[in-house]
Amino acid sequence: MTEYIDIFVRAIFVNNMILAYFLGMCSFLALSKKVDTAFGLGLAVVFVLGITTPLNNIIFNLLLKDNTLVQGVDLSFLNFLCFIAVIASTVQLLEMLLDRFFPPLYNSLGIFLPLITVNCSILGGSLFMVERDYNFGQSMAFGFGSGMGFFLAIIALAGIRHKLRYSNIPDGLRGLGITFILTGLMALGFQAFASVTLQAP
Amino acid sequence: MDKKTKAIVFDPLSDNNPITVQMLGICSALAVTAQLNTAFIMSIAVIVVLCASNTIISLMRHHIPPKIRMIVEMVVIASLVITVDQVLKAYAFEASKQLSVFVGLIITNCIVMGRAEAFAMQNPPRQAFMDGLGNGLGYSAILIIVGTFRELIGAGTLFGARVLPESYDGNGLMVIAPGAFIIIGLIIWLQRTITGKYEEA
Repeated sequence: MTEYIDIFVRAIFVNNMILAYFLGMCSFLALSKKVDTAFGLGLAVVFVLGITTPLNNIIFNLLLKDNTLVQGVDLSFLNFLCFIAVIASTVQLLEMLLDRFFPPLYNSLGIFLPLITVNCSILGGSLFMVERDYNFGQSMAFGFGSGMGFFLAIIALAGIRHKLRYSNIPDGLRGLGITFILTGLMALGFQAFASVTLQAP
Repeated sequence: MDKKTKAIVFDPLSDNNPITVQMLGICSALAVTAQLNTAFIMSIAVIVVLCASNTIISLMRHHIPPKIRMIVEMVVIASLVITVDQVLKAYAFEASKQLSVFVGLIITNCIVMGRAEAFAMQNPPRQAFMDGLGNGLGYSAILIIVGTFRELIGAGTLFGARVLPESYDGNGLMVIAPGAFIIIGLIIWLQRTITGKYEEA
């Protein structure tokens, strides 16, 4: 059990998708102007990342890996194509399910769900899962943890940017420039977690 | 080269740079720039994918039904990225190991998708190719600049060869994630101050 908690906690703080791997930056920067939009996007990322990473894990381990589908055939080069298709269809499916059964949640996620398909952190989650050779349980902890990390980072940045509106920033630095430097300082803060580990040595 | 083609190629280098102005493709720009070597290989990979995808999508633009154009674009891009990934694995294995998941993430790199949507769908193949080349070069320019600073200040080397004297210890901040954020923030500040195009906060 500690193994899963360790992966989960590390995915949130140490290997944070945004602050350590720079994944999902585009939407992170574009949608962090207001706290409520940041909240919606963060929630959507937690959802989709938590679902697609384990799903892609099953597909990779049962279909694409060397010698699994057909003896002696290695289909792992198809992983990008399969993963992106899985992600796109999961997002579509999730959108329809939420619309049908949980309308309030659907309305709060709104336009963010379709945007998620092209968010680097989602595909990145699946690719890291392959690279680190996670099993099903581990990939679940990893996907969910990474989503939480994204959520945490975007809410924090949105809060800071909200305060920033009242400050006097040099013209050229306004907007994108100061946001980058802020993110850098946040990342520096998160580096302090680097030695965190729960696994018994 | 006539005037219009020239504008298509050279505009994205500075005035309409994909990273600092259009805010596209930031994720991978930061992750691969700790060393100049990886930044260089990544630049070439993105230029190749961008030119090819723009040309192919532009050739097919009259035959793609508008409703499923995203999926068609995604498939074209994903196939191209798989090809690039396989070529890198075959001929530059060390580099492809260092780039790890970031080659795959060219698929969700907003530049490729963004240019396909915004330019290749409306313009003939020759211009689309030029647009791909221009945006690819603009992306590379930022990558190389950031990479140069990070490797020089971080380790005192360029392309792995020592530039600063042996006694220079290297600044660890530049090698880790926060350094990249801060450098790109400063580049944006500099560029906006020179071009005089400010953003309303």
